[in-house]
Amino acid sequence: MPAAEPDSCALTPRAATVRRVWQETHDSWSLELEDPGAPGASPGQFNMLYAFGVGEIPISFSGDLAEITRPVHTVRAVGAVSRALCALTPGSSLGVRGPFGAGWPLEAARGGDLVALAGGIGLAPLRPLLYAALAQREAFRRVVLLYGARAPEELLYPAELDAWRADHELEVFVTVDAATSNWHGDVGVVTNLISKANLDPDTLTAYTCGPEIMMTFCARRLVAAGVPESSVHVSLERNMKCAVGWCGRCQLGSQFVCRDGPVLPFAQAAPLMAVREL
Amino acid sequence: MRSIEDLLEELPFTKALSPEHRALIASCGQNRAFRAGEYVFRTGEPADWFFLIRKGRVALEVYGPTRGALTVETVGEGDVLGWSWLFEPYVYSFDARVVRDTRVIAFDGACLRGKADADHELGYQLMRGMARVFTDRLEATRMQLLDVYGDHASS
Repeated sequence: MPAAEPDSCALTPRAATVRRVWQETHDSWSLELEDPGAPGASPGQFNMLYAFGVGEIPISFSGDLAEITRPVHTVRAVGAVSRALCALTPGSSLGVRGPFGAGWPLEAARGGDLVALAGGIGLAPLRPLLYAALAQREAFRRVVLLYGARAPEELLYPAELDAWRADHELEVFVTVDAATSNWHGDVGVVTNLISKANLDPDTLTAYTCGPEIMMTFCARRLVAAGVPESSVHVSLERNMKCAVGWCGRCQLGSQFVCRDGPVLPFAQAAPLMAVREL
Repeated sequence: MRSIEDLLEELPFTKALSPEHRALIASCGQNRAFRAGEYVFRTGEPADWFFLIRKGRVALEVYGPTRGALTVETVGEGDVLGWSWLFEPYVYSFDARVVRDTRVIAFDGACLRGKADADHELGYQLMRGMARVFTDRLEATRMQLLDVYGDHASS
């Protein structure tokens, strides 16, 4: 049976306004939008943000989705569109389409341990998942964040990491790849944190987001520790344009990352991630 | 107070050893404590000791004249600290600065080498354990070299 054609309305941006912009790190900014037409969204989903006259890119939600008409997106300024988005000021207009894609399967962790493994900017798409878990904290045993970044000054949301540590609802483990002696935390790769956290492989569900190499190493380490592949979820990034599985640019094997992902079970993604240039 | 043998039964590096082998290496070990800011060892010093960390955190540092001390890795509870005791010329190649108050079991390197030479099964088990540490650290170092969080995207 042929797949149903996507709703063409999904290709038309709606106008949104920037309410606030603040700098997170030397190259990343968060934007809070006024998006009155926003439908509901799930952690792990993304919007297509359109910087007028420059272009459109997929950006995950990074804030608390309880306030969906004021979504927060954290953007790393690495190309023409992302730089234009980061340069927006309060009151600026931009185009928004979405939300799109399959988000994190939070329910899979219910009754067990929830483990989020983030690398670099990858903490942004995981933060809504953590907010959702903390909003129903009693539904999970341990809620654990393992977070790695390049350097201490490149950690996202440092004040929030401290607050999470302080209230003990969420166990936070942070490491950086390199540091000077002013840094008193861990130095090393994020996979080192897996053994430090003393995880129970039988009951955990893992959600990992970051560079693909980092996610692969994390997933392999978890699987080697006894975690079933089906309990590990990754968030993939590909060149997305239409965001509705129409244009095919983000096709990965039989999957469209924009529609079937970006979150996929590692068991499904691993064979595809292993194919060069796919 | 718990004996060194009891403590070795719980540490990841030694818990898989037989009780006889744990008893053998325990005779080379002693409990030691270091305060935050102290150095366990410094680059160029004789590598007479091998450490298993019971508690705390130690930063492995390299000093650069224009960059100061750079931390390349931290090790903590359950980790191995120092492998220069295994190979000639038995000299430490990093500074080990204590970040948090740290308790270790410190093994006399020459004593351990002597036990391993006398009992090759023990030597094999120790080398297997050290090889695991080497491969884990090599994999981690490769990931660090890849600079996976660097500016490689373009959209």
